[in-house]
Amino acid sequence: MRLYAEVARRAFRRFSTYRAATLAGAFTNTVFGFIQAYVMVAVFRVRHDVGGLHRVDALTFVFLTQAMIMCVGLFSAGGDVAERVKTGEIVVDLYRPVDFQGYWLAVDLGRAGFNVVARGLPPLLAGALVFDLRLPGPFEWAAFLASLAVATVASFGWRFLVALVTFWVVDDRGPAQLSTAVVMFFSGFIIPLNFFPDPLRWACRALPFVTMVQLPIEVFLGKHHGLDLARVLAYQLLWAAVLLAAGRAVLPRATRQVEALGG
Amino acid sequence: MVDVGTIAVYRRLIGARVRSDFGFRASFAFRLVSACVITGLDFAVIAVVFTKIGRLGGWRFSEVAYLYGACGVAFSVAETWIGGVDYLAVRIKQGTFDRVLVRPMSALGQLATEEFALRRIGKLFQAGAVLVAALVAIPVQWTTGRILMVPVTIAAGAVIYGAVWVATAAISFWTVDANELGNALTYGGNYLTQYPITIYSAWLRRLLAFVVPMAFVGYFPSLYVLGRTAPSERFGLPSVVMFSSPVVAAAACAVASAIWRVGLRRYRSTGS
Repeated sequence: MRLYAEVARRAFRRFSTYRAATLAGAFTNTVFGFIQAYVMVAVFRVRHDVGGLHRVDALTFVFLTQAMIMCVGLFSAGGDVAERVKTGEIVVDLYRPVDFQGYWLAVDLGRAGFNVVARGLPPLLAGALVFDLRLPGPFEWAAFLASLAVATVASFGWRFLVALVTFWVVDDRGPAQLSTAVVMFFSGFIIPLNFFPDPLRWACRALPFVTMVQLPIEVFLGKHHGLDLARVLAYQLLWAAVLLAAGRAVLPRATRQVEALGG
Repeated sequence: MVDVGTIAVYRRLIGARVRSDFGFRASFAFRLVSACVITGLDFAVIAVVFTKIGRLGGWRFSEVAYLYGACGVAFSVAETWIGGVDYLAVRIKQGTFDRVLVRPMSALGQLATEEFALRRIGKLFQAGAVLVAALVAIPVQWTTGRILMVPVTIAAGAVIYGAVWVATAAISFWTVDANELGNALTYGGNYLTQYPITIYSAWLRRLLAFVVPMAFVGYFPSLYVLGRTAPSERFGLPSVVMFSSPVVAAAACAVASAIWRVGLRRYRSTGS
């Protein structure tokens, strides 16, 4: 366990060295947050509520999605693992006396830990300065951070599965892009699921992607209390566990594809 | 100087890129399809929003779809032809930009052709389909002027996007770490232009009209095509802004090339 904590700590430090890039990225997230916020303002000029969301919820929602992109890792399907499969360095990773999935989960959590603050706070703060956002009390903050942590693990579980595709097809960019599109649409990232017609909305709730964006944001907005909140967190944990287990099940088949050449 | 010989070189370079893309046919097809899907998400958002409201900032669904389609086609043309300059930062970091400089050909031209990516036309198909559907659906009286304005909008829009792309990529001559700042302006700019700028607050509208001329990509010329109220009534701008996109595009090019040249002159290699 100490080893994995150390791996996570190193990953945190690795990402924290790119200051200018982080700043530029946070700026981009903020810009997109503002554009979406103005769309929401226009929508709520004619509507009072959409699927249970009010203007303040929707505005908070769009800035939170921008704040969560890098922490949850929505755009990084494939990522390091896929890259190392392509270059062949994966052979070294497989020889390491650590759990393969556990090692990469630790790296991902270190990355997420850095991004939750560095890429998360700027868009949220900028949004809160210009718009009226719903900022929760200490309890909701704590519940949200727990929910966000599980969301990150679930997202990692999914991205790990996508990365394993690289063991069969060398060019992972197609699958990675398609995965990003699916996650963006079904997670509530591009638009709150509250905007969807009911049948689609319920279908989305049955898919794992809802645990990555929509549910943590609902927790932040204080839409779940008491037993209901516990149920949401348990549902997220369930999907995280299922996705991680699926990755473990596929991994041995994937590594059978590996051929190491000497020299 | 652009002479016949230079054009032939460009054609060979682009041909080589296209052939290399086609070399892995299944992989290319997969990426083309997934590019279509991912760029289509922006339009999905617009469609979903319009299931809840009848008008956005006073615009109908078909009108916003026209704006989306025209901007999308213009953007994908710019992205296909000039989007490769994004790799400037990578090349400077790796030191391979020096290799570009010693060749007897424009650095910008080399970057654009070397990273020419045919798969990016996925967005062209997707936005083109939306544009065609919107042209059929918008309730306007078609006149020769309006019909001619559609290709003019797209051509001028592509040039403006391209100019913004070159200008922001040139940031890499000063710092290689802030590449993503450019994305905020290029991809963010495309995202902005998909909506009527009336939904934005005054400072943002002014920025789009006068500083980064994104309002001239879609909004102003679309007012004419869609037969909507002249900008004078909303912004205090003369009606001529509806027809100014080509002029603005030329000016944007001049500014972008000036920034590029200043950056290029400033470039001192990495020393590694």
